[in-house]
Amino acid sequence: MHEVVYFSSTSGNTHRFAEKLDLPARRIPLYARDEPLLADRPYVLIVPTYGGGDGKGAVPKQVIRFLNHEGNRSLIRGVIGAGNTNFGAAYGLAGDIIAAKCKVPHLYRFELFGTADDVRVVRQGLETL
Amino acid sequence: MTEKLKLIDRVTAINWNRLHDDKDLEVWNRLTNNFWLPEKVPISNDVQSWARLTPAERQLTMRVFTGLTLLDTIQGTVGAVSLIPDALTPHEEAVYTNIAFMESVHAKSYSSIFSTLASSREIDEAFRWSEDNEFLQKKAAIVLEYYHGDDPLKRKVASTLLESFLFYSGFYLPMYWSSRAQLTNTADMIRLIIRDEAVHGYYIGYKFQRGLELVDQAKRDELKDYTFSLLMELYDNEADYTESLYDEVGLSEDVKKFLNYNANKALMNLGYESLFPSTVTDVNPAILSALSPNADENHDFFSGSGSSYVIGKAVATEDEDWEF
Repeated sequence: MHEVVYFSSTSGNTHRFAEKLDLPARRIPLYARDEPLLADRPYVLIVPTYGGGDGKGAVPKQVIRFLNHEGNRSLIRGVIGAGNTNFGAAYGLAGDIIAAKCKVPHLYRFELFGTADDVRVVRQGLETL
Repeated sequence: MTEKLKLIDRVTAINWNRLHDDKDLEVWNRLTNNFWLPEKVPISNDVQSWARLTPAERQLTMRVFTGLTLLDTIQGTVGAVSLIPDALTPHEEAVYTNIAFMESVHAKSYSSIFSTLASSREIDEAFRWSEDNEFLQKKAAIVLEYYHGDDPLKRKVASTLLESFLFYSGFYLPMYWSSRAQLTNTADMIRLIIRDEAVHGYYIGYKFQRGLELVDQAKRDELKDYTFSLLMELYDNEADYTESLYDEVGLSEDVKKFLNYNANKALMNLGYESLFPSTVTDVNPAILSALSPNADENHDFFSGSGSSYVIGKAVATEDEDWEF
C-alpha cells in the first residue's frame, strides 16, 4: 500500500479528508519558509483544485514546488483530485493536470472534504492498489 | 425591521500588503478572475429553443428564474452587506463588497434572459407570481430574519445555506434543459452563477469556521444545533416550494435529490459532516453531467467502471512554474 501525500490550504478540507482515510499520510507544507517535504517511498497525491473555470492556477503553487523536485516526482503513483462540481469542467482539474504531467492515473475525485462513501471507496482502493 | 443601520464604527485604510488571513486575497483573486457580465452570453441564440418549449414549460422557467432573482436580490442588498460589520479583517470586508456586487449582477442576468426571451406580459406575470408564492416568500422571510438578528455567526450560517443550498431548486431547471439540448446559452450563464455561488458559500463557510475557533464549546454546540435546525426548517419549505413548481412536470422527486446533494455540500462548507445518505443524493446523472462533465463515475478508477483517465486532454498550465 502506498503512502498518502496531500496538500491542504487553511480551509483544511483536504486535510480532513486525509484524516478520515486514517492511512499513513504526509502534508505538503503551506509556506515556502517551512521545511520542504521529501517523499521517500511511493505515494498517492491528494490535491485540491484552485482557480476558477479557465484552468489557470488550478494546481496550488506548493504542489508544483513539491513536484518540481525530481525525487518526489519519481515516486508518485497516482493522484486524487478534490474540488466542487460547481466549477464545471474545472472540477478536480488539478488532478487532471498532474496526471497528464506525471503520466499517472487520476484515481478519483471528491468534493470539499468528501462524504463517508468517498472515504470508503478511496480507502479500499488505496489498500488494493 | 426599523432597527438602526449597523455600520462599522471605525475604518482604517486597507493595506493589501499586510494580510491577516491569506484566504482573503486568494478568494478576492478568484472572484475577480471569475468576473463576468450577462451581456457577454449570447442568450438570443436561445430564442428558437424557447419557442419550442410548451407554454407550461415556459411559465415554469420564468417562475424558477424569478425565484432565483429574489434570492440574489436579498443576498446582494442585505445578505452579503450584513456580513461586513462582523468581518474580522478589512480584506474580509472587501471580499463581501465583491460578493454583494456579483449578487446584483446575477439578479440582473435573469432580467437579461427575460427581456431576450419573454414578453412583457409573461415577465410581469412571473414577478407577480413571486410575490404570491407562499413558499418563496417564506424562504425569503426566514433568511431575512436571521440577517436582521444580532448573532454574527448565525448570519454566516444563514448566508452559507442561501448560497450553497437555497438556490438549487432553481438551478436544477436550466441544467435539466441543458441536458436535453434546450436553452443551452441560458444554461451557460447559469453555470457562471453556479460557479460564483460555490466560491461565496466556501468563503462565508470558511469565515464561519474561523469564527467558531473564537467561541467556547457551549456556543459551538449551540451553533451546530442551530445550523441543523435551520437547514431542516428551510428544507421542509424547500420541498414544498419544489412541489409547487415541479409537480406539474413530474420532476419534483428528481429535484429533491439535487436538494439533498447540495444540502450536504452546504453543511460541508460550514465544516459539518453530510446529513443525507448516498441513497437519497443520487442525482440524475444527466443533471450532474450538465453541471460538470467530470462528475460521472467513469472518473472513478477504483471502481474499474471504465477508462478513468484520459491523458493528453488539453489543459492550461503555467509552464514557467513547472520545471519538468
